[in-house]
Amino acid sequence: MDASANFEALPRVRYGFLASQTAYVGLALVLLSLAITWLAPAFMSIGNLINISKNFSYVAIVSLGATLVIITAGIDLSVGSVMALVAIVTALLLSWLSALPVAKVPGLPTLLSVAGGLSAAALIGLLNGYFIAVVGLTPFVTTLGMLSICRGLAYVITQGHGLAIAGPDSRLFYALTDGSIHRLPVPLLYLLCLGGVTALLLRHTRTGRYIYAVGGNEASALLAGVPVTRMKIQVYLISALLAGFAGILMAGWLGSVPSNLATGYELRIIAAAVIGGANLAGGVGGAGGAIIGSALIEVIRNGLVLARVNAYWQDTLVGVIIILAVLLDRLRSRRLGR
Amino acid sequence: MHLALLQLQNVSHSFGAVEALRDVTLAIGEGEIVGLMGDNGAGKSTLVKILAGNFPPKAGELVWEGQQVHFSNPRDARAHGIEAVYQDLALADNLTAAANVFLGRELLRRIGPLKLLDHRAMEDRARGLFRQLKSETRAEMLVRQMSGGQRQAVAIARTLLARARLILMDEPTAAISVRQVAEVLQLIRHLKNQGIAVLFISHRMPDVFAVCDRIVVLRRGRKVADKPLAATTPEEVTALITGALEAA
Repeated sequence: MDASANFEALPRVRYGFLASQTAYVGLALVLLSLAITWLAPAFMSIGNLINISKNFSYVAIVSLGATLVIITAGIDLSVGSVMALVAIVTALLLSWLSALPVAKVPGLPTLLSVAGGLSAAALIGLLNGYFIAVVGLTPFVTTLGMLSICRGLAYVITQGHGLAIAGPDSRLFYALTDGSIHRLPVPLLYLLCLGGVTALLLRHTRTGRYIYAVGGNEASALLAGVPVTRMKIQVYLISALLAGFAGILMAGWLGSVPSNLATGYELRIIAAAVIGGANLAGGVGGAGGAIIGSALIEVIRNGLVLARVNAYWQDTLVGVIIILAVLLDRLRSRRLGR
Repeated sequence: MHLALLQLQNVSHSFGAVEALRDVTLAIGEGEIVGLMGDNGAGKSTLVKILAGNFPPKAGELVWEGQQVHFSNPRDARAHGIEAVYQDLALADNLTAAANVFLGRELLRRIGPLKLLDHRAMEDRARGLFRQLKSETRAEMLVRQMSGGQRQAVAIARTLLARARLILMDEPTAAISVRQVAEVLQLIRHLKNQGIAVLFISHRMPDVFAVCDRIVVLRRGRKVADKPLAATTPEEVTALITGALEAA
């Protein structure tokens, strides 16, 4: 009658969260945290935990979008540059609007400049999506080009200098981007909200189901009537918007926007998604994985510093973790005979 | 003779100078399993594509339940209750059986302003379809963990959900194990019991003889035989396919 009735008749297969790479990596995160605490008890202090959670929030927010893209079997290399360009556009708008009459309305310059920055992000995302989904260019090349275009524009606009976050409205801007509520940094709160929304989108909406279907078997998705083109444009749009949003948060954190902001972040962001269980071949990944992967990278960095290990080891160790995580998944798949 | 569900009358089709189908007349009755056999290039896939609505025939008529019909795309064919199950099955193997059955036709429920997937309703419905097919396929199982036979069940359950009356199956028993072949043949018999007609395209003589009511043989675009199973033998069909026997 129900599923459990004929359970015994079938080969035993493990599935669900507990059998996923995300769960293994989550366990690794806990074990690593305990090991670091043993080496350096200061790791577990509230202050340090808050510090870590704030530091990885920026990468994790962008990694949520990267995960969506990766699930469709795509890749978005432009996110680091988008973070910088959007932060610069926002900072420029904020100081420009401060000189105009709108500055008399408190909050309006902040609102308009953030809206302007996110519009720029949306435009970049739509361009990526158009060239990939409609024109049919490969995601790697398209977003590699966009990486260069956005970074180039960032240098052109700033002439290689930094832009300060200034103006009468900057206090509100700082409160929204770098404040804290009950000691919890707002970037972490944004991350938790966006992570929840992403998880809901992926697991419980038709859009999420279609994103997985596109990555699993694009031809069959098309046959079943899934709007494949629209889905692909959407994931690049979301990826760029999240990157732009994280860029704006970083501008508030730093108090200024250097033209080399978030250079090389695309690799860390993709690494976080992959460590958390997203499969570059498409069809697999999740919001929780993106967050856990980002946290793991930051815990390693922070732990090495606290354990007084030369910080230059960080990249090497992150690389080892990437390969280990994927290797573990491969071994597990082979055991299940997939 | 069953009531004719679908009739092809003098259907011809050509690709440039190549005549793929010549003057084929054929009827499929309700709940009838018709085996379609022929060598490569005999016109089997052209016939299936015409029925599935991929393109209209250059000449001849399709008659569905006594009414002349014209399919210009697969949607038209589906609207009449004709569904094709393709050889590569067209499943997303990273999704569950239920998700594949409902792909593109998800059931939703409203929670406040949101419309969310109704997982339970879809799984229950898929479970019912698998039970109807007497298949031990679990609704919440990922397709990549399934056997070839279970995958066939998922693909067929998709067509049941669409309330298909005629299912076109292109080589459903190729490339799967002997035990799974038995499973698929059983699925086809269950479809028949529910009054669903099947056009079964296969190279495998034993499978055709195991389930079909009638066998149609095509050679070089012409129908060279159309006989009840009892009136023919594998030897005769082989001779018809190869051309050793002109017609029967």
